[in-house]
Amino acid sequence: MIAGLGLILGVFLGLLLQPEVPIWLQPYLPIAVVAALDAVFGALRAFLDGIFDDKVFVVSFVSNVLIAALIVYLGDQLGVGGQLSTGVIVVLGIRIFSNVAAIRRHLFHA
Amino acid sequence: MPDTGTPPTPPTPPPPTDGRDRLVASLRKPGSRGQITAGVLMVVLGFAAVVQVRSNSQDAEYVGARQDELISLINSLSLASQRAENEIAQLEQTRNSLLNDTQARRTALERARQRADELGILAGTVPAVGPGVTVTVEDPDSAVGANQLINGIQELRDAGAEAIELNDTVRVVAQTSLRDGTEGGVLVDGEQITAPYVVEAIGGPHNLASALDLRRGFSYEVEQVGGAVAVARTDSIEIATVHETPTSEYANPVPTE
Repeated sequence: MIAGLGLILGVFLGLLLQPEVPIWLQPYLPIAVVAALDAVFGALRAFLDGIFDDKVFVVSFVSNVLIAALIVYLGDQLGVGGQLSTGVIVVLGIRIFSNVAAIRRHLFHA
Repeated sequence: MPDTGTPPTPPTPPPPTDGRDRLVASLRKPGSRGQITAGVLMVVLGFAAVVQVRSNSQDAEYVGARQDELISLINSLSLASQRAENEIAQLEQTRNSLLNDTQARRTALERARQRADELGILAGTVPAVGPGVTVTVEDPDSAVGANQLINGIQELRDAGAEAIELNDTVRVVAQTSLRDGTEGGVLVDGEQITAPYVVEAIGGPHNLASALDLRRGFSYEVEQVGGAVAVARTDSIEIATVHETPTSEYANPVPTE
């Protein structure tokens, strides 16, 4: 409940403030958002499993974001930034899909 | 597999058996610590997602582009601008050459017009005005004829006369013929003129006047046969008569080149 409200609040804040993305953040923000999405879906699945822990959620959220950004940064330094961020997106996408599949099984028993 | 969902012991004292029930329960009874933490993180996620989407839609082409992409983009842009600059240079060159062309054409036209005027004066096809002399030949004995006049005209030409007119009726040009009339007077190009003969000539007044006064010159000849010559220098003589140039029937210009 509060999580859903928080999401809506965040969207409103973003629309309201309309901040400029600083240049140094621009390559990392999309990857970070996808990583955070992965963490959120994982948390939702854990919640439905009955094993949700807010501490774990926070840690996984932050570490997901940081690791994703780190990989992109490393890729940029090595000159394979494009390929590496594609790889990260693919991996995170697979994880999101499997999480969503589990959530679906919980909610619809199908 | 999800690392978020593997705490060692699930700290959920109330025992909802089903995931769906747990979700419904949490929706009914908000406010637990976990929910608040999740809410805060969701705020962050929503904010970041919206910002990213917005910045992406602002200039979707270049944000997040990699270095090599940007480099190739810049390269193609600079190539395009170089091409445009080349085109500009070419067009400017064309414009300049066109301008030169017009200029040259205008100059040529100007020169041709000037030349036409000069030739017109020489050929007697245009009226002329300028300084010169008016020579009046009195001929009481009807003794002055074509010979004397021809000599006089010749001397005026020698002295640089540019346009000559006889008695305000005939323009004297290269083809002009003079012969004595059958009953006195002179036939100029078939036109009868009689004494007193008035010869108007445009040229340097001083030169013309002194040419007529030469020893054994025109004045002398006329006086020999009993006539009298009066030469008046003027600053402005107007020669209004023109010579009708017949189109040449036989003579054609030799083609140049």
